[in-house]
Amino acid sequence: MTELTNRERMSIPRQAMPAQEAEARRTNFDEVALGFTMELVQQEADRCLQCKRPHCVDGCPVGVLIPQFIAALREGDMEGAVRAMKEKNNLPAICGRVCPQESQCEVKCVLAKKGEPVAIGRLERFVGDYELAQRTCPLERGEPTGKRVAVVGSGPAGLTCAVDVGREGHEVVIFESLHAPGGVLVYGIPEFRLPKGVVQAEIDYAVECLGIEMRLDAVIGSLYTLNELLDQENGAGFDAIFLGTGAGLPSFMRIPGINYNGVVSANEFLTRVNLMKGYLFPEYDTPVKVGDRVAVVGAGNVAMDAARCSLRLQALRQREGAEVHIVYRRSAAEVPARAEEVHHAEEEGIIFDFLTNPIEIYGDENGNVCGMRCIRMELGEPDDSGRRRPIPIEGSEFDMDVDMVVMALGTSPNPLVFKDAGGLERFKWGTVIADEETGRTTKPRVWAGGDVVTGAATVISAMGAGKRAADDINAFLREGIDPWA
Amino acid sequence: MYKILHKKVLSDVNKLMVVSAPDVARKAQAGQFVIVRIDEQGERIPLTIADYDREAGTITIIFQEVGKSTMHMGMLNPGDEFATFTGPLGHETEVENYGTVVCVGGGVGIAPIYPIARALKEAGNRVLSIIGARSKELLFWEDRMRAVSDELVVCTDDGSYGRKALVTEPLKEMLEEHRGEITRVWAIGPAIMMKFVALTTEPFEVPTIVSLNTIMIDGTGMCGGCRVKLKEGAKFVCADGPEFDAHQVDWDLLLARQRYYLDEEKRAVEQWEHKCRLEAQG
Repeated sequence: MTELTNRERMSIPRQAMPAQEAEARRTNFDEVALGFTMELVQQEADRCLQCKRPHCVDGCPVGVLIPQFIAALREGDMEGAVRAMKEKNNLPAICGRVCPQESQCEVKCVLAKKGEPVAIGRLERFVGDYELAQRTCPLERGEPTGKRVAVVGSGPAGLTCAVDVGREGHEVVIFESLHAPGGVLVYGIPEFRLPKGVVQAEIDYAVECLGIEMRLDAVIGSLYTLNELLDQENGAGFDAIFLGTGAGLPSFMRIPGINYNGVVSANEFLTRVNLMKGYLFPEYDTPVKVGDRVAVVGAGNVAMDAARCSLRLQALRQREGAEVHIVYRRSAAEVPARAEEVHHAEEEGIIFDFLTNPIEIYGDENGNVCGMRCIRMELGEPDDSGRRRPIPIEGSEFDMDVDMVVMALGTSPNPLVFKDAGGLERFKWGTVIADEETGRTTKPRVWAGGDVVTGAATVISAMGAGKRAADDINAFLREGIDPWA
Repeated sequence: MYKILHKKVLSDVNKLMVVSAPDVARKAQAGQFVIVRIDEQGERIPLTIADYDREAGTITIIFQEVGKSTMHMGMLNPGDEFATFTGPLGHETEVENYGTVVCVGGGVGIAPIYPIARALKEAGNRVLSIIGARSKELLFWEDRMRAVSDELVVCTDDGSYGRKALVTEPLKEMLEEHRGEITRVWAIGPAIMMKFVALTTEPFEVPTIVSLNTIMIDGTGMCGGCRVKLKEGAKFVCADGPEFDAHQVDWDLLLARQRYYLDEEKRAVEQWEHKCRLEAQG
């Protein structure tokens, strides 16, 4: 086989992701993106120019060896691709699905300057799925060191940290408060974007290989406090703790009517649907309601997930003429959700009401939502976030006919874990103060990373933080130098 | 998995179970709750802790069969296991020597009021207790309550046992008789009972604490489904409670929120009974 020239490589179009058609997928919870075939993988891998100084890697929070794994794919060397991937990323089947590649690796791809970037995420997913099925390259645990690390929270940050610490040979125990591991990957992100079977398989694989103990139903702050975990005399005697408890506390608007039935946080709605499988009620015991006219307030990824779940529930329950609205106080240009998610939501028929802000929710005699008063907004000068500040237009109030309101306004860290955690400092809005490079908190032997430090962000940035903290924890346990001394 | 070690049928609909959960038992305090889940399809059910034994590593729960999940739970037997048994959740009861206090337990609420009454008694309080239920067969733990109370009034709605009265009647009498002496009232039971206890104690200006059992999922502050409206604003029952100042609670909204899933509950019960009938027929 003759080597392709760069010109030839650049003439290959970016391969589209096979996906369920919008009409079909809005009636089921099956995965939307179906995954590349081997043939599509070859085509797409051939597009990579194998840059000497690859910028794509700089864009990746965990520094995946992108050119190397793509080169292996091109050769048809799946094991090589897996090995290259696992150098830096232990959860590729998850990252390949939910990373915002368009703003990380792919935006830096040299091809993006003149056309479309290599579909790195789609290739990554293929490698991840292959490995879950074949298990060619199991993670290996280093020689046992006798050191013990507690990881609090089994979401993306905690899992990544646990794996990297576990590989070093340390004994790792993950404490998860819910009955299933994965954190936001299982309670927040819907099945149609990230199948729960994939999450479970990815976690099982890593945990089995490294002998990590997964303790479910374990609410830290209650069952054990951080001080008890660290206590060598009477407590659990861990040498180090990584705190990856995420940002689980929902926010509600402070407007009249916010406590009526039918006003739910996106957290509650998504947890009922995803973790508790409420869309399968009554086969599963947890019910989930959906309105005929749902308003989702907010326009982040969580809002898109909530809107698309609402749409699917309406379809499953054959609600003729039902509608789902995204109500957002800024304009389309400021939408924080991934472009792909917005695109999918639009395709499926979600209605976007921009420059609109709720000011009151109406309830009927049973205390159920029966409408929402909104006001039109216009954009003023940029605020602290750099985005233009939305300003209410006086006299523009109007009523929306809705029977369910989902609040998707962002989340903050759950304070439960901070009980009896003296010395662990936080900002006044609740996030933990931690060094960005090392994850070290103000409390000796406690590291933190992910949403508990940054506030609600992305899966991959949490993974990056987990990875950096793991490096620092490993160095601390190896060298025994106390950075807090 | 969390094994059921002991089961006692208190009445047709009220069941007691002692469950092996050493970690939870190590930390449990009066006033806190656990979340249980029967199996993979199960929902997360919050139940207030009725008793705990740190040595034996057990938690005692008492529940009333009111829906599909509790009916299913009622059919479990010693040796069976819960898929989830998480806790202890929520804040513990603030126990001090307040002087003279009243503990009111209604229906299945007698279970969680017992450890509170016991703790208050141990702290040196003079404990006046009232327990009540719709009828005699729904009463339980009279002996236990008597053992930790200086006075105990037992009543039933239908007069089938004890005094024929709602718990609010003897409560009002106690408040009148011991005017100025009673410094605090605890009440746990159906929301409607707690509402009327609040209305009864309010004119006497006696601080009154209720333990709310609202709809919730995670029990750690994540979903906000359990939120309750107080005069000072909304709070989460799981993370801020479950005990609240009864005079602060917007009871009508609370009652409305508890009715929200009635249709689904009915459907789940129908489906469950249908399934049980099919299984009985083999």
